[in-house]
Amino acid sequence: MTSLPTHVEKQLGLVIDLDTCVGCQACVTACKGWNDHSHGLSDADPYGADPSGAFLNRVHSYSVQPAEGAAQTINFPRSCLHCADAPCVTVCPTGASFKRSEDGIVLVNEAACIGCGLCAWACPYGARELDPTEKVMKKCTLCVDRITDTSLPEEDQIPACVRTCPTGARHFGDLSDPESKVSCLVEARGGYDLMPGMGTKPSNKYLPPRKKDRLETSPLAPLLDIQATGFAGWLDKMLGKLS
Amino acid sequence: MHPAPSVILFTTFSGMGLGLLAFLGAGFPTPQGLTAFLHWGLAYGLTVGGLLASTFHLGHPERAWRAFSQWRSSWLSREGVAAVATLLILAPMALSDIFGLGLPRVIGWLGALGAFATVGTTSMIYAQLKTVPRWNNWTVPALFLSYALTGGALLAGQSTPALAGALALAFAVIFHFQKGDLALHMAGETTGTATGLDRIGAVKVFEQPHTQPNYLMREMIFHVARKHVPVLRLIALGGSSILPWMALFLVPLSPLTFAVIAVIHLTGAIAQRWLFFAEAEHVVGLYYGER
Ligand code: SF4
Ligand code: SF4
Ligand code: SF4
Repeated sequence: MTSLPTHVEKQLGLVIDLDTCVGCQACVTACKGWNDHSHGLSDADPYGADPSGAFLNRVHSYSVQPAEGAAQTINFPRSCLHCADAPCVTVCPTGASFKRSEDGIVLVNEAACIGCGLCAWACPYGARELDPTEKVMKKCTLCVDRITDTSLPEEDQIPACVRTCPTGARHFGDLSDPESKVSCLVEARGGYDLMPGMGTKPSNKYLPPRKKDRLETSPLAPLLDIQATGFAGWLDKMLGKLS
Repeated sequence: MHPAPSVILFTTFSGMGLGLLAFLGAGFPTPQGLTAFLHWGLAYGLTVGGLLASTFHLGHPERAWRAFSQWRSSWLSREGVAAVATLLILAPMALSDIFGLGLPRVIGWLGALGAFATVGTTSMIYAQLKTVPRWNNWTVPALFLSYALTGGALLAGQSTPALAGALALAFAVIFHFQKGDLALHMAGETTGTATGLDRIGAVKVFEQPHTQPNYLMREMIFHVARKHVPVLRLIALGGSSILPWMALFLVPLSPLTFAVIAVIHLTGAIAQRWLFFAEAEHVVGLYYGER
């Protein structure tokens, strides 16, 4: 059913720390690898002249110029936010797109998807891509096939992107529980929603980069004022005359 | 948005076909025998042809029947249901006209309502999308409904509703351009709000996340050469509304002249529909620093 659930028992999701993300693209690769193995996430013309493929996670890179001080490079991972008011679900004509009431995860039933693409149009965040060979819609599953698979070692029962991130910039947990680790992180760091104006009520949150320390002057500046004496002083004077 | 030919043809043809179905259903005109066969045949042909064209862009057309199931929440599903219901309701009316069965006209009236309701649902598929600010307003239903009215009236040879339709269309087309040009700005979304990094400073793309365009970029980001826009807009407005409107006054009306006016109107409609897609900016473009 593509009507949204009236109530979710919990809301699993990701919290992404833009302060620590170094833009290494490891999560992109881990996500692609895991999902390609589990239920397929194909590429078109992968070794040819015009390669193109479906990914569930992309890492952008922005240059941000504050009002004062130097510009900052900020890496920005972008995947499905498992929205509470997910427009991608309600527009779906077939019932292929749905949001689970047990954990709030937004999924696609690929066997029912006609590949009309309307859900991708309805998502403001570009979280859905059509699989070029299967011709059905793909999106982040929050790695349902890892987080619920108790046969995996416990440390692997988290999303592939979270497991792989070398800087720990991706956090996974229950955002509906105010006591959870992720909720505390959002609270402490001022986690925010992307494009709240779109009315999607995203579940995933982004932690803003921390305020940068700023060098008022160069730490080497005092050295510039040292007065040379003796031979060095004489040399300094001579060279000064020459130039 | 990428102006896919199948969707452009679908929306223009089926809109015109549904308009004609509405007029025939309502009994304006009430042809008989062969003329009835040709009229109803044209109306069904355009509508069904348009609907079939719309399945060309599906990844899995063989599963299209599933799209009738989610009418409670989805405008696309409602469109499918309304279209099929309309075609079914009007079938006895068409047979009655062709074979002189004398069935009550009220069936046709019901079908006419269904035809306009179908056009309304098509327009809502676009108008509901907050992600495409240019579409997310009343001008879209106004456009689609006045296209169906004008196109249907022209094919049905009904000059008064055609004049009214063409007039309504002129306003709808102009308002859609005018409102649309401001829409993205009014929605207030920028690369800064898309990333939330506007809280730090002015945001600019430093490096793209991938080297080749992906599905999203191919679907949602389309650049129309700025210099072509005024010309295309003129063809859209003139062809679909102003020229037909003037011709209805100036030219002696006959089935032939109606047909010629309808073709001019259709040309304008296709130009308008191309711009409708090509000029529509999806907010996902903001992540790529494009619109
Ligand atoms: S991010 Fe997009 S695809 Fe994911 S739930 Fe929200 S609207 Fe749907
Ligand atoms: S592409 Fe598939 S999941 Fe998306 S709206 Fe169409 S049928 Fe539903
Ligand atoms: S949770 Fe899984 S599917 Fe979603 S972005 Fe991470 S690795 Fe990809």
